[in-house]
Amino acid sequence: MPVKVLVTSVIQKVVDNQRAFTSEGRTIGELISNIDSRYPGFREQLADEQGVLHRFVNIYLNDEDIRYLKGADTELTDGDEVSILPALAGGA
Amino acid sequence: MRYRSVLDMVGNTPLVEISELSPKPGVRLYAKLEGQNPTGSVKDRIAKFMIEAAEREGRLQPGQTILEPTSGNTGIALALVGRLKGYPVKVVMPDAVSPERTELLQAFGAEIIYSPGDLGTNGSVALAREVAAQHPDWFMPFQYENPQNPSAHYYTTAPEILADLPEVTHFVAGLGTGGTLTGTGRRLKEERPGVRIIAAAPHPGDQVQGLRSLEEGYIPPVLDESVLDGRIVVDSATSFRVTRELTQRTGIFAGISGGAVVRAAQRLAERIEEGHVVCLLADGGWKYLSSHLWTTDYATIEEDVADKLWW
Repeated sequence: MPVKVLVTSVIQKVVDNQRAFTSEGRTIGELISNIDSRYPGFREQLADEQGVLHRFVNIYLNDEDIRYLKGADTELTDGDEVSILPALAGGA
Repeated sequence: MRYRSVLDMVGNTPLVEISELSPKPGVRLYAKLEGQNPTGSVKDRIAKFMIEAAEREGRLQPGQTILEPTSGNTGIALALVGRLKGYPVKVVMPDAVSPERTELLQAFGAEIIYSPGDLGTNGSVALAREVAAQHPDWFMPFQYENPQNPSAHYYTTAPEILADLPEVTHFVAGLGTGGTLTGTGRRLKEERPGVRIIAAAPHPGDQVQGLRSLEEGYIPPVLDESVLDGRIVVDSATSFRVTRELTQRTGIFAGISGGAVVRAAQRLAERIEEGHVVCLLADGGWKYLSSHLWTTDYATIEEDVADKLWW
C-alpha cells in the first residue's frame, strides 16, 4: 500500500530533510517499521521502546488522529496520507 | 431581555440548525454561537468563572493586576471582566495575531506584552511564566491549567446544549486549551452516556518551524484526553473555505476556528447514518475581517495568512 507521509521540521532531519515522501505498509505500525529501516532513528522520534507513541506526537491518517482509530494497527489503503505533527498549545 | 450588568449576559448562546451543510440528511448539524457573548467569544464564560472563583477563594485582591497568555479571545474577555471589577489586565500575546485583537484589548484598557509570533501560543505561555515569576504579586488565572476553565463549560455550556437539544449525539469543538471539550464533554457524557466528543485540531502549519524538538510540544493540563472520542486536524485553507461557506449558506458570520469545527463535523457525518451534532463556534468573524477572507480568493491571500496565528 503506497502512502504519502508528511512530516514537520523536527522529523524532517531524520528523513533527508524531506517534507513529504512515499512509503508502504498495511498498517501504521508496518509503515513506521518500513520508514525506520530506510531512515534509522525515525521510530525513536515518535515512540518509546515499547512502541508507545510519545505524548507530544500526533499521527493523523488523512485527517484523523490514529489514537482514536486503531493506533498502530490502523489499516492503510492506497493513496492514504499520513501526517506526523507535534502537539502544540492551541490558540485561546 | 433585561440585565443588571454585561457580566450577566455571558452564556445562554443560541443554538441554530445548519443541516444544509451536512453531507447526509440523517445527520443534523447545529451551531452554538459563542460569538453572541459580550466580547464576542466563548472565552467570556471562562474569564468570568476564573475571576469569580479566585475572588471567592481569596486569591485575587481588590486592585490586583491580572496577567494571562492568550492568542486574543481570553485576553479580551479578561479585559472586560477586569475593567468592570477593577483589576488592571496585562496579556501576553503572539505578535502575529490579527490587528482587531490588539484594538479590542486596547478598547477595554488591557496592556499587551508581545511574544514572538513564530512561537505561537507556546511562546506566549513561556513568556507569561517568566513575567509572572518577576511579579509574584500579579494574579495569573492561566487558562491552560485552571480547573475553572472546564468547570465553566461543565456548569454552563453543557446544560444549555442539553436544554436546547436533549437528543444530542455528538459534540464538536476546537482544541485550544481543551477546556471547552473537557468540561462540556464530561457533563454531556454524564447526562447522556453514548454522546461522542470530537476535537477539531488546527494544523500547526509553519508554526512548528519554531520547534526545536518534539519535547517542546505542549498538552494543556486542563485537557482530559480520555473525554475525547476522536480528533480531526483541519488546515488553514479548509478552515477558511468552510468559514466562508458558513456565512454564504447559513448566514452565520463565524471566526476561522468555526470553519474548522464545521469541517470536522462534516467528516464525522460521513461516517455515521444519523445523529444530532452540535458544533461549538467559538467566536464571530469580526476579529478576522482584516484577513479579507470573505472578499478575496484564498489563493490570493495564502501568502499573507500562512505565518499568522488564526486560532
